[in-house]
Parts: sequence; C-alpha cells; structure tokens
Amino acid sequence: MTTPEREQTPHTPTTVRDRFSALRGSPTLVVGLALVALHVLLALTAPWATGHDPVVTDSGDVLSWPTAAHWLGTDQYGRDILSRVLHGGRYALAVTGLATTVAVAAGTLIGCFTAYADNWLDEVVMRVMDALLSIPTVLALLVVVTVLDPDLWVVVLAITVVYTPAVTRVVRGAARAVITQDYVTAARARGERAPSIVVREILPNVLDVVLVELAMRASWVVLLVATLSFLGFGANPPTPDWGLMVEENRTALTVVPLGTIAPVVALATLVVGLNLSADGLSKRLGVDRAQQGAAA
Amino acid sequence: MNGAAAVGRRVLIALLTIVLASLFVFLAVQALPGDVARQLLGQDATPEAVAALRETLGLDRDVWSRYADWLLGAVRGDFGVSLVSGAPVGPDLLTAFGNSLLIAVPAVLVGITLALLLGVVAGVRRGRAADTAISLTALVLMSVPEFMMATVLVLLFAILFPVLPAVVLRGSEATPVELLPSVVLPAVVLTLAMAAYVVRSMRSSTIDVMSREFVVTAELKGLSPLQVVRRHALPSALLPVLDVVALNVAWLLGGVVVVENVFNYPGMGKLMIESVHNRDLPMIEAIAVVSAAVYVLCNLAADMTALALDPRLRTRRRRSA
Repeated sequence: MTTPEREQTPHTPTTVRDRFSALRGSPTLVVGLALVALHVLLALTAPWATGHDPVVTDSGDVLSWPTAAHWLGTDQYGRDILSRVLHGGRYALAVTGLATTVAVAAGTLIGCFTAYADNWLDEVVMRVMDALLSIPTVLALLVVVTVLDPDLWVVVLAITVVYTPAVTRVVRGAARAVITQDYVTAARARGERAPSIVVREILPNVLDVVLVELAMRASWVVLLVATLSFLGFGANPPTPDWGLMVEENRTALTVVPLGTIAPVVALATLVVGLNLSADGLSKRLGVDRAQQGAAA
Repeated sequence: MNGAAAVGRRVLIALLTIVLASLFVFLAVQALPGDVARQLLGQDATPEAVAALRETLGLDRDVWSRYADWLLGAVRGDFGVSLVSGAPVGPDLLTAFGNSLLIAVPAVLVGITLALLLGVVAGVRRGRAADTAISLTALVLMSVPEFMMATVLVLLFAILFPVLPAVVLRGSEATPVELLPSVVLPAVVLTLAMAAYVVRSMRSSTIDVMSREFVVTAELKGLSPLQVVRRHALPSALLPVLDVVALNVAWLLGGVVVVENVFNYPGMGKLMIESVHNRDLPMIEAIAVVSAAVYVLCNLAADMTALALDPRLRTRRRRSA
C-alpha cells in the first residue's frame, strides 16, 4: 500500500486530459455530447427561460396555437407548453442522472469484485443477477412504484434496482479479461489486498466499458422514465414530465399537435444525444458497444 | 467438456435461474406492505373475518412452506386464484399470453429477418449511402419511445386514413379471429422497436467479420461478393448477434406493456397493468414467473443455436457464460 508504483497500460486513456483529447476527430461524440450539453443547459435555465409557470392553468386560453405569449401554444388546461417541455427536461435529467449513476456504480463495484473473487461467490452472485434479469423490467418498476407511491426518489430507487444486474453482467465480463493480465498477478504477488487491487488495478482498466455503459443506460433510462409516466406510474400530474405530457395531449393531437410533438422532440433529441455519445465513446475507447446492446 | 455435457449444464442453469426468479418474485410479493386480507375485506372488517380469510389464503403459515406449495402448483400450471375475479389465474393468463403471441410472433419473424438483412447490407456497404440511411433510421427508431410510434401510427392509419382499427373495443372477450385486424398496428410498432437494436448489432458484427483474414481470402480467390457474404461472412457474423436477438425476443414477450395499453389490446402487458392497479398478487406472481421463464428459454435457445453453429464452444467455457 505504501509503494507508489502503479502499473499503467499504455492503450487505455485514464487521465482527464486523455479523455478530452478523445473528443478530437470524432464528430459522433462531439454531436452527441453537444446535444446532451444543450439539454443540460436548457434544464438549468428553465425557470428563467420562459415567463410562465409550468403548472399554472388558465381556463381562458386553452388549446391555443403558438402566440407571442406562448411560443409553443397551450394545452387543454391553458398551461404553457414550452415552459412544461423545458421543466420536463429538469425532471428527466435529474431522474436519469441519479438513477443511471447509482446503477452503474453499484453494478461496476459488484462486477469487479465478483470477477476478482472468481469462486463460489462469483457463481452465486451471477446466478442471482441472472434470475433478477429475467424478471420483466416494467413489471418490477410498476410494483415498486405502486407500493411506495411514485415520487422522484422512488422512481430513482426502482430504476437502480432494475438496472444494476445488467450493468454487473457487462462489467464482470470486462473485468474477467483484465484479471488475467500480468499487472494484476504482480499486484497479487506484492501482497496487495482485494479492495486495493480492484480499485487500483481493475477499475481503471474497465473504465472505458463503464463509461460506454453509462451513456447507453442513460439513453434507456430517459425512455423508461417517460414510459412510466405515460403509463401513469411515474411523475404525478401536474408535474411537467415528457411522458405525462404526451399522455395528456395525445387525444388533442389533431387540435394542438405541438403539445404532443414538442415533448417527443425534446425526448428524442436527448436520447439521440446519449446514443451518439455512447457510439462515439465506444468507438474511441475500442469498446464493442452494439454487442452489449439490447432493448431492456 | 463434450457437447452433451455442455448442453446439459446450460439446461440445468436455465432451470435453476427460473426457480431462483420465482423465489425472488414470491418473496418480493410477500414483502409488500399492507395486509392482503384486510385490503380485500376493507377497513371495517371484523378481526375474526380477517383471520378467517388469512387462513383460507394460507397467510398464517410460514413463508417457505407457502413458497413450496405455490411452486409445486405453478409447475402443474396452477397459479392460484385471482384476488379480484376469484377465478383461477392460469386460464386468464393463458388467453392473454396467446393474444400477446399473436402480435409478438409476426413482429419477431418479420423484425428479425428484416433487421438481419438490413444489418448485413449496412455492414457490407459501410460508409455508403445505404449504410447511412439504415443506421440513421435505426438510431431514430431507438430514440423515439414506443408510445409515440403507436400514437403516430394510430393517427395515420386509423384517423387520417381509416383502414385499421385504432383500439380493440371488445377487450378481453374478443376471439383471436376478431382480433386479427387489430393485430397489425401493435405488431408494426413492436417490429420497429425491436429491429432497431438488431440492425445495429448485426451491422457492427458484419463490419468486424468482413475485415477478418478468411473473408479477405475468400474475396481474393475470386468469389462473388454475394458468395463471400453468404457462405463465409454471415455464419460468423451471426454468432455474436444471437444474444442480442434473444434478449430482444424476451423483451418483446415481457415488455409489450406500452403497446398493448395504447391499443387496448387484451394481452399480457395489459393484464400486467391491470393486476398491478388492482393489487392482484397471484396474477402478478404468475405473470412475472411466466415472463422470466420466457426470458430464460429465449437465452437458452440462443446458447443452443450458438453451440450448433460453432463447434469450438462445445469444448470450452463460454467467455461470459
């Protein structure tokens, strides 16, 4: 523990500076990150960007087309659609950011440790994870959310529980390839203990897989959060949420199409941004992303 | 490890996974807060009535013996009695499952075929117009939620050009024949949603294989491009895509929730939402276990296909098995 020497692999960038240099020459990554950054910016500035409260109703001005006062029109309760879309981004990004980060962190730790253990524990954990994976995502989410009443933290918790097994599986696969390397054997020979080896030798070398996983899971979580709200199990009305907005406005699709189209465009651009980021990252970091991917 | 042992090991693991999943589902449902008996009888029920119902439901016995009973029943197809209708869960679930298959099977057949084909085309023509078009379409389809695809299709084909029914009006009493016209739109949505992932996977796998030495050799010895792809590249390229296909098929059977709810289609996804709403615990358990079994069996089928395609897998442990 006291010796400062650390094995560095030359091909995997681990410093912040290396990561930024990965941006150069990858238009996919740049476009993807730009889209995500734009969404973050809009979400942060939402309270000041429009002069309207997203939940204030106005019975005198319902189902209006775009006007000078309401740039994207109003919904059936006279709420400003633009303001609801922008505030919807806050909700989507908050839930997605929290849930994805926690799920990926948990899955990464479990995956690395079980891969390193490589014994009965590994076998047991993987069987448990496989069994959890086989239970349908949406059903598990619905049950958790129904039981605990839907609020932001419950949705975050539910998504974390549902996605951790999938992340564990992917990271474990990557970690198993790492533990056969000489620098892990060397660390073991030096007498380093398991937590130290996992954190200092394995983790830096599966970071590329983890990053791609983060971007990819995030794109699914955005869709999942919206889907939950659409089904009536996510955000409570009148919370501005994209899925909820589509559900509320789709019956009036032919009257005020923007009420449905605007949240979907917002949602789709965010997901495209996350997907392009994942594509770009996996290409730059040499992680075979499409093979990991599947609908969840 | 020889072939038969490899097959046997995988079948055993699959069975174990299903049993474990059923245990988790059972324990999770037991852990739900609130007394089922009290909930069913309402707040003003006498303590005696609650106790009597608890006994009938078997809630007074310990968890493990109840799990054993429930598992033995489930193996025989007896999932208990619905808390809402009082009818056995099995037959209702079977009908809903059949209805879901009615939209899922065409979606799988058309979706997978189309996706594999387009994936190969995009992979072979990498960077050309065809690839760009296919990849972009797949990316957009991945990014638009299914409920939006469903809404748009309803708008197009049921409202603007009324050729297909928008929703199923008869609900769960409809016979399969009555359902047929309503099958088209949900099946199309599922096809598109699923195909997007398979296209991407197949494209990347094709690109990978096309640069390998044996494919280059086949090209150099003068085979036509079609022959190179069909006889040399395709079998290798299919292998890694199998898992993705299996995952998507499994997702389809368990995750038809959104589509069935938009179209009011009486399948397993709709049943799922209804039973969660009504807190119909035996039904939730049954749906979860059946979906888990479908998921595991799809993965098992993918593993078996991989074993058949690639003899090397029969002799050593798979990388991430």
